[in-house]
Parts: sequence; C-alpha cells; structure tokens
Amino acid sequence: MYEQVKGLKELPADEPLSPGHRLCPGCGASIVVRQVLLAAPKDAIVANATGCLEVSTAIYPYSAWNRPWAHSAFENAAAVASGIDAGLKALSRRGEAREHPIIVFGGDGGTYDIGMQALSGALERGHRFLYVCYDNEAYMNTGIQRSGGTPRGAWTTTTQVGPAMAGKQGSKKDLLSIVVSHRVPYAATASISHWRDLMTKVRKALSKDGPTFLHVLAPCTRGWRYDPEKTIRMARLAVETRFFPLYEVEGGVYRVTFPVTSPKPVEEYLKPQGRYSHLFHPENASELETIRKEVDDNYARIEKLSQLTGQLYGQKTA
Amino acid sequence: MSLQPLRVAALQGDEAVAEAVRQSGVDVVAAYPITPQTIIVEKLAEYAAKGNLGGEFVSVESEHSALSACVGASLTGARVFTATSSQGLAYMHEMLYNVSGMRLPVVMAVANRALSAPLVLNADHSDMMGSRDSGWIQVYAENVEEMYDRTIQLFKLCEDPRVLLPAALNFEGFILSHDKERVRLLDDEPVRRFLERPRPRHRLDPADPFTFGAMATPETYYEFRMQQSEAMETALHVFDEVERGFEGISGRRYGAVDAYNTDDADVVMVINGSAAGTMRAAARGLNAAGENVGVLSIKLFRPFPLEQVVSHLSRARAVVAMDRSMSPGAPSGPVSEDVKAALQATKPVMSVVYGIGGRDLSTEDGKKIFGMAKEGSLSGSRSVMYGVKV
Repeated sequence: MYEQVKGLKELPADEPLSPGHRLCPGCGASIVVRQVLLAAPKDAIVANATGCLEVSTAIYPYSAWNRPWAHSAFENAAAVASGIDAGLKALSRRGEAREHPIIVFGGDGGTYDIGMQALSGALERGHRFLYVCYDNEAYMNTGIQRSGGTPRGAWTTTTQVGPAMAGKQGSKKDLLSIVVSHRVPYAATASISHWRDLMTKVRKALSKDGPTFLHVLAPCTRGWRYDPEKTIRMARLAVETRFFPLYEVEGGVYRVTFPVTSPKPVEEYLKPQGRYSHLFHPENASELETIRKEVDDNYARIEKLSQLTGQLYGQKTA
Repeated sequence: MSLQPLRVAALQGDEAVAEAVRQSGVDVVAAYPITPQTIIVEKLAEYAAKGNLGGEFVSVESEHSALSACVGASLTGARVFTATSSQGLAYMHEMLYNVSGMRLPVVMAVANRALSAPLVLNADHSDMMGSRDSGWIQVYAENVEEMYDRTIQLFKLCEDPRVLLPAALNFEGFILSHDKERVRLLDDEPVRRFLERPRPRHRLDPADPFTFGAMATPETYYEFRMQQSEAMETALHVFDEVERGFEGISGRRYGAVDAYNTDDADVVMVINGSAAGTMRAAARGLNAAGENVGVLSIKLFRPFPLEQVVSHLSRARAVVAMDRSMSPGAPSGPVSEDVKAALQATKPVMSVVYGIGGRDLSTEDGKKIFGMAKEGSLSGSRSVMYGVKV
C-alpha cells in the first residue's frame, strides 16, 4: 500500500540532495531528484548513470548525496541496481543486511540509448527497483547532442538547422511503451510541475514488488534555450499542451492521471524555447504541423489505450 | 593444524571452479554464457536450482551487465563471482577498470580464448592480455586442481583490506576448462573458515551513507590510481600469506612462480598457463639426455613477481620467453616484454609466440624450441612465430 501525497507539510524536512552541488541554476534534473527522494522512504539506496546529475553532484572530495549512492558507468545503472538488489537479498537471507528501496536515476541518453539493453534485461529479470529517467531530451552533459529522446524538430548540436535539415528528423522514441512491453507492475510519466502527482507515483511504484519505472520530463535551460527561472513553467506547458501527457500503466491498465480537457496550443510550449525557433519560419510550417498532429495522435492513443485496457484488465487491478 | 580427509573427484576444469565458488559461500553470481566458460554458469545455476548455492544467481543479458551487477552487489558488501571468456571479456573491458578503480574484490574466472576476427573457440591468452593493465590481479593456472585451489585463494586475497582489488583466474579454454582431471576436494567447513571475514565497512548502507564512484579531477585522479598501484604491490606479499594459509587446510602450495631446474641451466624457458607442464616434460626429457635446461612458470602475472623472476633467471645463460598472445606491431608479447624489463638487458632474452587460437604445443615442440634457443636461431629482438604455417 502507499499514501497519496497531499501537501508540502507532510514531506520530510530532510534534504536528500544537499545544496552546493554544481548543476545549473534552474536545472530540471535536481528538482526531479528532490521530488522523487522526498516521496521515497529515507532508507533508499541510489544508483546513478553517468550524466549531468552524476558529474555535478559527486566531485571528489565532495558529495551532495545524503543517501548511499553508487555510480560506475553510463550504460549500466539498471545492471548495477540489479546487483544491489541481488546483494541485499543474499545478505538479508543471511541476516547481515536489510532490503532497502533502490532508486535509479538515468538521463535520456543513459536510458533511451546506451542504457537500453541493461534496462531491458533488468526489467525482464524482475529486480525490485524504481528506475527514474530524467529526460532533458538530449545529451546535455556533453553539450546538447541529440538522443533517442530528442523530439521532432528540436535543434541540438548534432541536429542543426540549415537549408538541408531543420533540427531532429523523426519523432521521439516512445520510451514508456518499451518499458510497458516488459510487463512491469507499474510505469508512469510525471512532470516536476505536477509534484503531487509525481510524488504519489513514486510511492505507488515503491509499493510494488518488482521493477517500476518513472519517465519524468526534466527541462534544461541550456539545451532548450529558455531562461532558468522558467523551468517549472516549461514543464507545466508540456503537460497543458498535451505535449507530455501524464499517465500511468498499472498491471497493464493505462490511466491518464492529469486529464487535459482543453489543451493550450502546442506553440505556447514550443515558442519560448530557442531550440524550436526555426519552426516558426514559414519554410518549416509543415514540420510544425507534423508536431501538432503527433501530439494529438499520442494523446488520443493514450486515452484509447486507457479505455481498452480498462475493459480488458480493469477488474483484476481495481 | 591437522588436515581434513580429502574427497577425490574427477572434474572438468569449469566444474572444479563452480564447486570452489559454491564452497566459498558466494553471495551473488552474475554471469552470461560464453564458450568455453559456460559450464561454470550452468553448474552454478544447477546449484541455485537445488538450493545449494546459498547466494543469488543473476542470469544477466550481457557480460557488460554481468560485471556491472557485480559492482552493485559488491557495493552491498556481498561476496561476488563472475566468469567469462574472449569476446565476453572484451565486452567487459570498460567495467574491468571500474571494478578495480572502485576497489571491489570481485573474483572472475576467465577461460582464455582467442579473440575475433576470425572467430575461433580455442585457447590463447589474447583476451586477458588485452586487459592486462585494467588493474586486476591475474593468476594463470596449470591444471584443474590448481583452478579449484586458486578460486578459493583469490577470494581471500581480494577481500584482504590491504588489497581490495579484483582478480581474474586464467585457464586456457577447452585445454583446462573442459579437461577432466583428478581433484582432491576440500570439505565445505574448512573452506568456509578460511574465507571468514567481517563485512566491509564501506558499503551501501542507509545508516551510514557513502558516495561510491565519485568523479575525480586532475588534482585527485593520479592519487587514486597510485593507491590502486600500491595495493597491487601489497597483493604480492598478501598472496604469499594466503598461499601459506591455504596450505594449512589443503597441504598444497604453488608459489607465485614455479621453477624447474632454473639454478644453473643453459636455457630457461619462461611461460604461463597449462603449457608450462608440457614444457617441463620436454625439459626433463632433454635433461635425461644430458642437456641442462629449465622452465619458469609465472603463475601470478599481476602483480608481477619481479624479484622472484630475476632471482630464478639470474644464473641462466639464455632465456626464452613464451607468449600465447598476439601483439601486432610490438617487438614481442607481454610475457617477453616483462621478462626483458625484469632482466634489464643483463642477458639475451629470446621471444617466442606459440599456441595461438588453440594451436597445440607438444613436448616435441618444446624440445625443438629449446634446441633453437641453444643454437641461436631465436635471437633478435622480435618474436619468433613458432608453429605458424608458411
């Protein structure tokens, strides 16, 4: 069982990620970490893939982490978590340790791309951990290169804008569908702008026996080209334009957790971001139209999946 | 200390390693199948299914994840084992450095196999030699009983707080992994007592949270690596202690090197792995016919037992160093280069490459190589490729 997060007052005063780390002002990733870890029990163990979060929070001899924390490589966070799970299980059977919640943080590069195999293996094996992908939609740590999580049309340093090409060609990989196809007990999207929703999802995920997954949009001031004070606003617009729908998949049943009945035009989300500025030139009008259509189709798909899976499996998990 | 009665069994090399791992009370095994190591994984999975393993068996989706899972498990304070070979070891390459750099006492069996391309299933040392500088203790076994003994010894060595380094137990694929030999097995209890230890203080524990795998800067990185190097040097002495302790429960001791007739030989051959026994047989045959040749088997390759090697080769008139690995473009292979460095050009070191991709090295071949060394047809600073078809 889990408890819904209702208000700020019920959260612990503890700071799992200390101030003084070297993430950028307005960094979405650090807000993801705070919200996730404040919703989780204090005895959580953290595994971290290489990336912005890792390099900026643990520079020897300093560490911002008030949790046991492990990092070793870029592509292997889910495999490291598998080992932590196995180690704690073996030691607790011998009475030499207790099992603790294991929370993994990986960026979109470490999850969509280079870490996909390790993630898939760990999900399939059924280890008990919560994997949180903080998705800032490019390799921000190495300087804004495109990843499998970069959305259609976005400028990055490896999907540049010119007469021959206007930003990222093709659409963003559907990460949650890949995760759901592993038949995990719980997977969801979340946004730092909807913190109660995010934190409740963390608690729900950690109440499950087996691997669970949270895909959190983590706006990046440097890579998305907006002013640092607008991070939460960007996250909120992504939800309110249906660009990033908030939903969960529990026992195979899809459910939209924050229905957007009258969405704002997608331009309201795209326009404040420098990475999309070229889309508003007349020659790229068709690309903008493709994005609009993809956003509508995706939201409709999730609504439809909610109806269908509700009918199929609804009674079992209600 | 009185020795326990020994159980004698006929075991394949891989089976002997698996039995030693079980007896060592391993907490987590994370492994991926690859020929010719697979029997180890299968055997451990069989123990797990029967409930005899005691620990968790994690059947991962790649070698990279095998070693990554070992990192996670080892960080909880668990005793951890994995096994691989050839391409698998190459796929682990990145993680080899991580495990050693994080000072995790992981023990790994490596059924040495040549690397692709072309793909071949048979033995040479190119896989481990390609990872030579990854900061792992590297032992080369000569026979199945030694594989069994070394597996147990290496847990003790790696977990010693003065060492805290990972170790690779090397044995040639098929030649040793699949060879069935007589093994004198120890009872579970003396092995358990031999390996008893407190759980490490530095581990993932919410009551005492540590940060593992922090990033270094040019101000700190060098010192981390220096400590790792010093631990490797210390391991040389601890290795000797571990061998003495193991002798107490088994009556068996090998040394970091094995020297046969090295005191006053005309030619001493330096070699590692299963071919050492074959070469000793060749040398014995020659010596019975009035020659004077010796064999130095380097069992502990990292840390390199420098003083012992120098001392055993000090009176040899000539030295032949044998490499079972290819180093394209290099003057000679890694064993030869180490021997040359150890001897500081005080005497001629001839260098021979042999046994590549599983090509056999017989006692007759051994006699031929000794003969070539004596008549001077091996001289020159580059390796002679012995046994290659021209």
